[in-house]
Amino acid sequence: MKIVVDFDLCESNAICMQIAPDIFEVRDDDFLYVLDEEPGEEDRARVDECVQRCPKQAISVQG
Amino acid sequence: MTRRSITIVGASLAGIRAAESLRRQGFEGPITLIGDELHAPYDRPPLSKQFLAGDWGTDRLALTQPDKLDDLDLDLRLGVRATSFDLPSRRLGLVDLEDQSTDELIVDGLLIATGARCRTLGGTEGLDGVFVLRSLDDSLAIRAAFLAGPARVVVVGAGFIGAEVAATARGLGLEVAMVESLPQPLSRVLGDEMGGVCAEVHREHGVDLRTGVGVEAIEGDGRVERVRLSDGSVIEADVVVVGIGVIPNAEWLEGSGLTIDNGVVCDATCLAAPGVTAAGDVARWPNERFGEVMRVEHWDNAVAQGAHAARRLLVEDSEAESFVPVPWFWSDQYDRKIQMAGRIGPDDEMRVVTGSLAERRFAAVYGRADRLVGVLGFNRPRHVMRYRMLIEEGASFSDAIAAEF
Ligand SMILES: Cc1cc2nc3c(=O)[nH]c(=O)nc-3n(C[C@H](O)[C@H](O)[C@H](O)COP(=O)(O)OP(=O)(O)OC[C@H]3O[C@@H](n4cnc5c(N)ncnc54)[C@H](O)[C@@H]3O)c2cc1C
Ligand code: SF4
Repeated sequence: MKIVVDFDLCESNAICMQIAPDIFEVRDDDFLYVLDEEPGEEDRARVDECVQRCPKQAISVQG
Repeated sequence: MTRRSITIVGASLAGIRAAESLRRQGFEGPITLIGDELHAPYDRPPLSKQFLAGDWGTDRLALTQPDKLDDLDLDLRLGVRATSFDLPSRRLGLVDLEDQSTDELIVDGLLIATGARCRTLGGTEGLDGVFVLRSLDDSLAIRAAFLAGPARVVVVGAGFIGAEVAATARGLGLEVAMVESLPQPLSRVLGDEMGGVCAEVHREHGVDLRTGVGVEAIEGDGRVERVRLSDGSVIEADVVVVGIGVIPNAEWLEGSGLTIDNGVVCDATCLAAPGVTAAGDVARWPNERFGEVMRVEHWDNAVAQGAHAARRLLVEDSEAESFVPVPWFWSDQYDRKIQMAGRIGPDDEMRVVTGSLAERRFAAVYGRADRLVGVLGFNRPRHVMRYRMLIEEGASFSDAIAAEF
C-alpha cells in the first residue's frame, strides 16, 4: 500500500494526523509530512479512515 | 446481529459514507441507497466556495469515484423520495419524483441520513433573484446570477454559509451587503469579541455589513429590487442569498413510531429504534462526552456518524459503543481558514494561546468550569487539531493554556 497526498488539495487541517500520527504529521511550518509512505497492511483500516475523513479528498492509496 | 439487508435513506455525505463503512465492515447483504436528488452523490462545502467561484467544475464534487461506487454494489435509487415509514411493519413508502409512481419496501436495517434543508424567508416565493444555498442546483443558479453581473448582492444572515457566499462574491468583484440580526456575526456561538473579529474581516474585504438589524421585507415586482430592514433603511439589490440556518428533513417520519423532535432522536449509540439508526445533519443524540443532546451540522460529523450508525446496525446491543465525537468544522472565507472544535458557548472563558487577533492568525481556547471545551483557529489548523486532541483527553482549561505546541 502506497500513500499519495495531493498537496495542491491538502489544506493541512491535520485530520489525518489525528487518526494516524505515526503516518501523517502537520509540522510547525503548517505543511503536512507523510512520515510513512508505505505502511504495512495492518495500518490499512486507519489509512482508509484518513482517506474518508480528509475533507479535501487529498489522500489516495495505491495497491 | 445478522442483518439480511440494509436500506439507507439520503444519498449524500452521511449516507454514502455509511454504505462504504458497511462494506468495509464486511457486510455482504443487499444495500439499497435512496436519494431524492438526481445528481450522483456530491460534496456540499465547495458549493459556497470553489464551485460557486467558478474555479471548480462538477467533476470535482463527486463524493466517490464512479468505479468505487460500482464496487460498493448498491441498489442506488436516485430521484426517489421516502415519504413514510412505519416502525411496527417496517414499511418504507417511496415516490419516484420523475413519474410520481409510488413503491413500498419492507426494510430490515434502516439508516436515516436525510440531512437538512434551508430555512427560507416568508413572502419571497415567486420573486426572482432570491436564493438559498444547499444543493448543487442552488449553487448553479447563484453562480449564473453572479455571472450576469448584478449591481449588488445582498446576503441575509452572516453565519458560515452567508459569510462564505459574501467572500466568494467579493472575490468575483461584486458589490456585497450582508445583513445580520445578531449584534456581531456568529456572536451566539463565538461571543461578541470573536464575532467582532469576523465582522472586521468582512469589512476589510469591502462588505457593507449591517449588524443588529433584521430584514422586514424583500421587495420587487416579479424580480427582487430591494431589501427593507427593520431600522427603516433600504438596500437596493438584484441578487439576494438567504443563509439563515437549516431545518432537519425529518417530517416524513412523523407518525412512524420514531421520536421526531428537531431531527431524529437517537440514543447515545445513534440507535433510533431496534434496527434503525440515524446520522448526519438529521440526527440528534446525547453526546456523553459533553453531557449534551446535540444535532451537528458539520461535514466531519456526517462522515463519522455515518460510519458509526452503519456499524451500529451490525452489532449486538451489548457491543454497541456510544458516539462521543468532539465536533469539528472549518469555513473558508477570503484567505482565512476558520476552524472550530468542541462546544463553544458565548459565556465560556476565552484565551488566545497563539498568534493574535490583530494579525487575524491565532488559536483561542474556551473553558467552562476549568474544563477545556473548545478551540477556535484563524489560519491555525495544526493548533486546532492539537487542542481538539486535548479536548478528547478531557484536559483542564489551565492545562490547555499551559500546553505548548
Ligand atoms: C453550501 C454549503 C457549504 C458547506 N460548507 C461546510 C464547511 O465548510 N465545513 C463543514 O464542516 N460543513 C460544511 N457544510 C455542511 C455539510 O455539507 C453538511 O453537514 C453535510 O452535507 C451533511 O450531510 P448529510 O448527509 O447529513 O445531509 P445532506 O448533505 O443534507 O444530505 C441529505 C440528502 O438526503 C436527501 N433527502 C432528504 N430527504 C429525503 C427523503 N425523504 N427521501 C430521500 N432523500 C432525501 C437530500 O436531498 C440530500 O441529498 C456546508 C453545507 C453547505 C450546504
Ligand atoms: S486530512 Fe487531508 S487536508 Fe487535512 S492534512 Fe490530511 S491530507 Fe491534508
